[in-house]
Amino acid sequence: MSETDEKMIVDGKRLDGRLPNQLRPIKMEVKIINRANGSALVNFGGTYAIASVHGPRALFPRWMQESDTGILRCRYNMAPFSVEDRKSPGPDRRSVEISKVARLAMEPAIFLEDFPKATIDVFIEVLQADGSTRVTGINAASLALADAGVPMKDLVTACSVGKINGTLIVDLNGKEDNNSEADMAVAMLPTKKKITLLQMDGVVSKEELMTLVNLAEKSCEKIYELQKQALKEKYKRI
Amino acid sequence: MTEMKEVVLPGEFIAERKGRKVGRGAYFEGEKVFAAVLGIPRVDENEISVISLSGVYAPSIGDKIVGIIQAVEISGWTVDVNSPYLAFLPLSEGVGEFVDTQRTDISRFYDVNDVISCKISKVTKNKTVQVSMRSIGSRKLYGGITIKVTPTKIPRIIGKGGSMISLIKEKTGCEITAGQNGIVWIRGERKDKAIEAIMTIERESHTIGLTEKIEKMLSEVV
Repeated sequence: MSETDEKMIVDGKRLDGRLPNQLRPIKMEVKIINRANGSALVNFGGTYAIASVHGPRALFPRWMQESDTGILRCRYNMAPFSVEDRKSPGPDRRSVEISKVARLAMEPAIFLEDFPKATIDVFIEVLQADGSTRVTGINAASLALADAGVPMKDLVTACSVGKINGTLIVDLNGKEDNNSEADMAVAMLPTKKKITLLQMDGVVSKEELMTLVNLAEKSCEKIYELQKQALKEKYKRI
Repeated sequence: MTEMKEVVLPGEFIAERKGRKVGRGAYFEGEKVFAAVLGIPRVDENEISVISLSGVYAPSIGDKIVGIIQAVEISGWTVDVNSPYLAFLPLSEGVGEFVDTQRTDISRFYDVNDVISCKISKVTKNKTVQVSMRSIGSRKLYGGITIKVTPTKIPRIIGKGGSMISLIKEKTGCEITAGQNGIVWIRGERKDKAIEAIMTIERESHTIGLTEKIEKMLSEVV
């Protein structure tokens, strides 16, 4: 983390003019890839992520099969052109870790036991990165899973929160992410109020941590409404 | 069709259980029943379920399907049924007569890439699927071509009491078999028109007055 002298919060407003607990403009669209069983594009301000879901489908090699349950495989990838300096393509330490946490965030929501010996493949592609890419990816993946008709307990909604210049904020953009005192990614099952992912980087007090979790919960509710809207929009005339 | 209901999403509350059965596409926690898939909820006095609007085909006993032979085994065939699981067609369920497997090559009955219309006879807990040809309507489908459509759209392609599919058959003069697994077999001179009609139904399955539209579409080309 690089600390700069630049003030990140001026007169109670953030660099892009948002209030501390205000989300960036969010756009969501499902069914954007015809060849996949389900897909979605989610856009949080300058961050764009596409997710596609293939399956449930037969799993090979056979030693990977589980006879009593299906498995979920997840791949998070950043496009080389998604960041300012070109990112070398392919998986690296960071994307392997995010692939895993995204999988763990979604696994509790899916009825995998309905598909023994099969796999559900989720591909998350970040087209443009401006902070909070993992939560954008998880939001897109959960929409794509619902679009693919995968049985789930609930949608998965994710949101990032953090602390900057001593103020607690939600939905960090790239610049805030780089200059924050702490940042936290939270994914949850919105109707069950259960947290499936909680990662944090930085230093906060115990009280601040609890406030951050509450902030994330409130933001997730807002995002959940948008997710519902995006799915119902696509299927409303049926 | 009964009254149209709002689409529900995974996790949305449908109704109180009240001792009813919780069917496909739904799950319960305590006394509350929630949707598990995106679809249209169906609540009646005995059962609560959700009709899915998308998704892959999940085999269930009694489904009439169209399968494609994938491999010939020693005493049966493996069949691709357009689902995550391969089905098996045992020799005794596939052929009515006695066959001496020592002397005959069973590919003379069904060979790789042959298309069959069959019925799902067995599905075990860990999804071993068996199909059978011993039911009315099961047969080998000679010639023709197969197309894949979304399995949830098959009821719309068949129509109420088979109205839609017989319309297409009549107008194009094609033979059509639509399996519940989403594979449709078509044979005939004007199969291109039949495919066009089926694709239109798949794409616009949610609109009202589709039968009239298809009828008009197929009448124009004559």
